[in-house]
Amino acid sequence: MSENGAGGANGRANGANGSNGNGSGFAALSLVPKADGKQTMKDFKTDQEVRWCPGCGDYAILAAVQSFLPELGLRRENITFVSGIGCSSRFPYYMNTYGFHSIHGRAPAIATGLATSRPDLSVWVVTGDGDALSIGGNHLIHALRRNVNLKILLFNNRIYGLTKGQYSPTSEIGKITKSTPMGSLDSPFNPLSLAIGAEGTFVARTIDSDRKHLQSVLRQAAEHRGTSLVEIYQNCNIFNDNAFEPLKDASVRDDITIRLEHGEPIVFGADRQKALRRSPSGSFEVVNVADVPASEIAVHDAHNPDPSQAFALSRLDSPAFEHTPIGVFRSVDRPSYDEQLRAQVDEAIETQGRGDLAALLGSGDTWRID
Amino acid sequence: MTKQVQQLDRVIIRFAGDSGDGMQLTGDRFTQETAAFGNDLSTLPNFPAEIRAPAGTLPGVSSFQLHFADHDILTPGDAPNVLVAMNPAALKANLGDLPRGADLIVNTDEFTKRNLAKVGYAASPVEDGSLDEYRVHALPLTSMTVTALTGFDITKKDAERAKNMFALGLLSWLYHRPTEGTLAFLERKFAKKPEIMKANLAAFQAGWSYGETTEAFSVQYEIKPAEHEPGLYRNITGNVALAYGLVAAGEQSGLSIYLGSYPITPASDILHELSKHKRFGVRTFQAEDEIAAVGAALGASFGGSLGVTTTSGPGIALKSETIGLAVATELPLLVIDVQRSGPSTGMPTKTEQADLLQAMHGRNGEAPVPVIAPQSPADCFDAALEAARIAVTYRTPVILLSDGYLANGSEPWKLPDVADLPRIEPGFAEPGQDDFQPFRRDPETLARPWAIPGTAGLEHRIGGLEKADGSGNISYDPANHDKMTRLRQAKVDGIASGIAPLAVDDPSGEARVLVLGWGGTYGAISAAVRRIRRTGRNVAQAHLRHLNPFPANLAEVLRSYDRVVVPEINLGQLALLLRGRFLVDVIGYNQVRGLPFKAEELQGVIQDVIDSE
Repeated sequence: MSENGAGGANGRANGANGSNGNGSGFAALSLVPKADGKQTMKDFKTDQEVRWCPGCGDYAILAAVQSFLPELGLRRENITFVSGIGCSSRFPYYMNTYGFHSIHGRAPAIATGLATSRPDLSVWVVTGDGDALSIGGNHLIHALRRNVNLKILLFNNRIYGLTKGQYSPTSEIGKITKSTPMGSLDSPFNPLSLAIGAEGTFVARTIDSDRKHLQSVLRQAAEHRGTSLVEIYQNCNIFNDNAFEPLKDASVRDDITIRLEHGEPIVFGADRQKALRRSPSGSFEVVNVADVPASEIAVHDAHNPDPSQAFALSRLDSPAFEHTPIGVFRSVDRPSYDEQLRAQVDEAIETQGRGDLAALLGSGDTWRID
Repeated sequence: MTKQVQQLDRVIIRFAGDSGDGMQLTGDRFTQETAAFGNDLSTLPNFPAEIRAPAGTLPGVSSFQLHFADHDILTPGDAPNVLVAMNPAALKANLGDLPRGADLIVNTDEFTKRNLAKVGYAASPVEDGSLDEYRVHALPLTSMTVTALTGFDITKKDAERAKNMFALGLLSWLYHRPTEGTLAFLERKFAKKPEIMKANLAAFQAGWSYGETTEAFSVQYEIKPAEHEPGLYRNITGNVALAYGLVAAGEQSGLSIYLGSYPITPASDILHELSKHKRFGVRTFQAEDEIAAVGAALGASFGGSLGVTTTSGPGIALKSETIGLAVATELPLLVIDVQRSGPSTGMPTKTEQADLLQAMHGRNGEAPVPVIAPQSPADCFDAALEAARIAVTYRTPVILLSDGYLANGSEPWKLPDVADLPRIEPGFAEPGQDDFQPFRRDPETLARPWAIPGTAGLEHRIGGLEKADGSGNISYDPANHDKMTRLRQAKVDGIASGIAPLAVDDPSGEARVLVLGWGGTYGAISAAVRRIRRTGRNVAQAHLRHLNPFPANLAEVLRSYDRVVVPEINLGQLALLLRGRFLVDVIGYNQVRGLPFKAEELQGVIQDVIDSE
């Protein structure tokens, strides 16, 4: 039986058939075998008919993921997509990798079992705002705090699509839907504030319509050691159309979108005329670049172990989209749960020797009858 | 002084005290001494769910019953011959089980006005004559212990706490138990507290010496070792045997064991035990909840490990949806249910067999799951291996129904020869198949391929949506759903062809009444059957390990007898299945008292049926 995590697959799946090298520079993927030849987007498409509504933002995300994966250069058979229930969760059927379309809210739990038993796999979770934040909220926060080696793509369209249009835990207060004809009453979650509060080590946001940005965030998520949470603003053109329109409308988007880059001053606006300044209370305020000395303009530090800056950034988002940061809010290094679990198994074997069943059964007080 | 030595063939002792009095430890040590001496034995720990209920109250009473004999025995015994009561609450809670003439050892130091009042005694029963029908040994155990420990550098409280070792020493003398094991145990346990260690050793020895010198005990008892098959033995509880069975399943299959679990009484000890065995490649994951626990186990199975989850009835309720997903995706998964009294939270530390129908039917849709049950603590080892065999061979979740009695009870176990354990073949799908279909079935077992991530060329998607036969693509086709539903059922039904026919114990061949049980009632039913046969009556006995599917010959067995009695610790769940499946009018005998059956009561019930023939 293999000790280092290949699910006992007679060593076959244990990276034995691929180079275990770390040549690509993706530290988190160092145990995942690399593909022999060059891959293309086509390698990741399946023959299944895609069944999302025409015009759904999911199409754009699917294309972005399919065209991004060849960059990682991983063996296709060592990539797995796990999903829950909802429109977004149909995603695995369209990826020519291994896939598990599971049950509502539980994808992070199922993916945790897979990722913690198979270090040679790149495990992705595809989920939505209802799946991840409502029925599956518990699993999400615990995956984040454990820092399991999972890449979680949270498609946030602020509505329930597959059940036909009820409000979701990210819908704005007062949302008129089939289940809330007089307006919804509950305050929404801010998914990134939640993830940062749950000790997430990689927390990012991107938009379905901006493929370049989306792929740059995916790249950083894939490289990250442990759980990456990527919120993707995704348009549901049937039940919540134009929910993110201000971020897409060419006439206003540059004035409200704050593109975060680690180590760079946080400046934005069509003419880069606006900036963020940390106020004495710890929150961020928007200032005119012309009005403040350069030293007062905040510099984005995604690697800061103290999560308060990332949290303050996450609070700038509002349902009205006055100022919306996108990019990597937080990316800090912490050992992942699965590598630590592996280390404990390895240590036990190293210090005590490989287990011997007969010795185990005969441990404790025994007596012999002749 | 020389004492009279009296031979006995069996004894039932119950140690009872406050939760903080160390009664479980005392019972456990006496058990180990008895096992080492070579008696056959069976134990029944009985303790409250509360960790430390208020001292001296009835809810705080904890007890440990041990039945040992010079012959093969099957139960922890119906009623104790000896009760050790460390305080008034322990006396009050247990006196009702004590037959007239039994020995009663009472720690009089604890029979204070205040402690008596706590449990509603107006006067001390030790003094008011109400215990006259017992052989009472009223002993100041606490103060004798404290006196024996004068001069040790320990607090008075620590000295008082050693009273359980004094009692153990006394009982060890009374029943001629070997003491080396306990002395070695105390040395190990208190290795880091040498003064406490010495005090406990001294208290144990003082108890022994007191027995030798006192006039309070004029008779010492001897129970000869039992005849056992030659071999190496140990004493084992159901939960430890089950954990060992899971480790063995990993070794025998070459699969890594992956346990996803959430702590719950009375199953947590399996998690504790397995977490110690990482050197076997066993991974244990304490999840955030029951749902995540089974989810992680299923995810691990998808990846080629043997996923296991351990829980009790309330946890099964939460795991039901994921078990259904395992049925739909046809992946191996072991679900261990250590049953306890329900419904809801029920009585967490008390036993019951009332999750059978939940295991059989507790899912949406047609979702057949194989169900098996161990029949004794040591048998949990074999049952775990059998559950793993079925799960891996047939790519299916399997529910194993243990119970609180088996989990915490113990018995001597003859260690199996590891070389004789069955092999389990994972049979992973091989890479590079051109026309791979994830739901193309093995013609014999109807099992689908187990094609795990990392296998080149077999990339595929599975999920809870209905799949097309063969290809596994999503399908809403009516005929396909009907076919797939029947195929999943046929696969589970087909397991019967690989299991042994139900064996019936009917030595005379003349019996007209069959007693059929399942799970943890085996010992009590077997003891009752022996008693009945000693009266000259004929009775047949059979016990089901496989509850789904039933053994192929069950219908024939049921129809071979005029009457079938089905004792269960529920309100008739197996009886319902038997009636529904076989149209046989079985006679249920049912109790749900949180305790195992007593052999005597079963004897009466079964004899009544025989005599009414």
